[in-house]
Amino acid sequence: MRVALFATCLADQLFPEVAVATVRLLRHLDVEVDFPERQTCCGQPAYNAGYHQESRDIAAHHLEVFAGYEYVVLPSGSCGAMVKSHYPELFAEAPERYSSARDLAARTFELSTFIVEVLGRAEIGADLGGLRASYHDSCHALRFMGVREAPRRLLQAAGAELVETEGHDVCCGFGGLFSVKMAAISAAMAETKAHNIAASEADVLTSTDAGCLMQLQGSMRRQGIGTRVEHLAELLWHGVERAGAAG
Amino acid sequence: MKITTKTFAANAREALNDTQLKTAMKRATAAFVGKRNQAVAEREDFEELRSYCGAVKAHTLDYLDHYLEQLVTSVERLGGQVHFAADGVEANQIVRELALTNDVETVVKAKSMLSEEIELNEALEAAGVTPIETDLGEYILQLDHDVPSHIIGPAIHKTKEQITALFHEHLGTPEDADIPTLTAAARQTLREGFLQADMGITGVNFAVAETGTLVLVENEGNIRLTTSLPRIHLAIMGLEKVIPRLEDLPAFLTVLSRSATGQRASSYVSLLTGARRPGEEEGPEAFHLLIIDNGRSAVLADPKLRDALRCIRCGACLNSCPVYQQVGGHAYGWVYSGPIGAVLDPGLLGLEETKQLPQASSLCGACGEVCPVKIPLPELLIEHRRRAVERGLSGRPERAGVGAFAFVATRPRLWELSTAMGRGGGRALSRDGYLQGGWLPLLKSWLEERDFPAPAATSFRQRWRELATDRDDR
Repeated sequence: MRVALFATCLADQLFPEVAVATVRLLRHLDVEVDFPERQTCCGQPAYNAGYHQESRDIAAHHLEVFAGYEYVVLPSGSCGAMVKSHYPELFAEAPERYSSARDLAARTFELSTFIVEVLGRAEIGADLGGLRASYHDSCHALRFMGVREAPRRLLQAAGAELVETEGHDVCCGFGGLFSVKMAAISAAMAETKAHNIAASEADVLTSTDAGCLMQLQGSMRRQGIGTRVEHLAELLWHGVERAGAAG
Repeated sequence: MKITTKTFAANAREALNDTQLKTAMKRATAAFVGKRNQAVAEREDFEELRSYCGAVKAHTLDYLDHYLEQLVTSVERLGGQVHFAADGVEANQIVRELALTNDVETVVKAKSMLSEEIELNEALEAAGVTPIETDLGEYILQLDHDVPSHIIGPAIHKTKEQITALFHEHLGTPEDADIPTLTAAARQTLREGFLQADMGITGVNFAVAETGTLVLVENEGNIRLTTSLPRIHLAIMGLEKVIPRLEDLPAFLTVLSRSATGQRASSYVSLLTGARRPGEEEGPEAFHLLIIDNGRSAVLADPKLRDALRCIRCGACLNSCPVYQQVGGHAYGWVYSGPIGAVLDPGLLGLEETKQLPQASSLCGACGEVCPVKIPLPELLIEHRRRAVERGLSGRPERAGVGAFAFVATRPRLWELSTAMGRGGGRALSRDGYLQGGWLPLLKSWLEERDFPAPAATSFRQRWRELATDRDDR
């Protein structure tokens, strides 16, 4: 099986390890990975800010870059939700693009969902035994892509102890441009979450989305909360490495 | 009330520094959300009920003129008098005349957000009529000259400690009075008001077109007293409150009480069908229904925003909203706050006046998930943002910035070049893996209360060029 990786801007520019881990995990599961190098951004920041023409231009580019792949996999629920929920609507008045948008929406998968639902794997040979993991439900993954069970099943199958932290499905406050336009509110939202995470005494905080984790880590670091933060892709890949070392 | 929607961001900052408010909001919204979730989980058909109620409301709004005419006919058949007001000024004029021609000195009032919208109390006082708020929360606010911050819990921004102090000052209750003592004191004072009032004013939860029945939902019993003791009952409603049939009511009552307070049913549900009939011993002598537009028909005429008029004022979107949870209702600067306020206020007051409100959301989608009539709140928030951009309300720097971003994001080589430069700049300003100072205003506002990671030395796309040939890690 061959998939195209959509790395997302955040992973490409700030957290390349997330995309590297995604590639390694997929290869570990016998999936061939291609990285279309002309990829840029999904256009969500412009869309959410109300700049729909600009967003449409970016979306058109994205459609073109990922045309022809059976699956597009990305380590994010947020950019995925953009493609799935908003691309078709952006091209509502352009029949040809509309159908390619619908088509791409159907082929686009957040990483954990792809592993569990498309590959049909929950047990991936990762060892996270003895680790208390707090999973943060990214809003867009949860509410716009229906990602709830897949990350939890992967973590549990790897032997991690899943800690359901208070407010695990409450927004971290990132929200793209919201985090700087309404900085004080955004930071207060993160602070509330950060205290809950500290109180849960988890070893590691993980999520499908680097944006949420950047926000939460940024807040926790400022408040002196030392909980380790790792994107789900990295955490699972480290589990695979650990299993390999032991085996 | 003074409209301060224009200064939302500043209001919010002030609210965030108010530790008592923080305590009160955390307690109240957590309780509301917990109870709501439990009550909703009990009903396997809740999703279907939401869809049904949403569809009934959407249909009613599509044929609103028809159903309003039917409602008027039904109410008049029952001996009630119906009045229409285009706006708050007209509405207050009608109420004032009604009060003066009937020698009304004292009015008892049930909670009504519409009355806040049109500033009815101020109008009554100006006409020499004394309004007494009888909902406990509203009574607290009236004592404190404050305004509601929540649709169903108007005083949730106050802690019980603050209320104890307020009652001590005004009603002479002990400084350390417990809650039963406080409510007993309020009951005693309010009971006198009920007995001396000449007119009772209530809102309306649902007005049934086919029967002329007004449905009022409450937990305190004050509405029932307001509608039955004074000689005149005046109900005021926004024109979107009509539902077609009595048959539709059970579904609405189910979603309303479970979404609002997490109750299976509210303590009192009154179905009022006309005034006192000959031979009956109780009820008001006269019944008036005042139907108010106040900007709603403009919202109705807007094919996208129309959905916002489905709202049954349960408050669930407020409780579930992490922004509302942090800042409370007053920061929004007008009667309706939280997600529904951010969607409805621009419709009623104009987007120029309220353009910050639709920005007050991380678009997390929690509101859309709980709305009992399935108003697509996140989509409508984005729709307002889109319109703000279209009307040039978003500001030149932002427009230029997004334009430049789109230009670069559609040109892969330029993208790679500019992101490389951005990363280099960011790394030059970083130490120990984190940015040390923001040279862009946006980054600066991030850094006030959070750290920001240093950009990667090597982007993923550069790493890919090695990874593509590196098959050892399989």
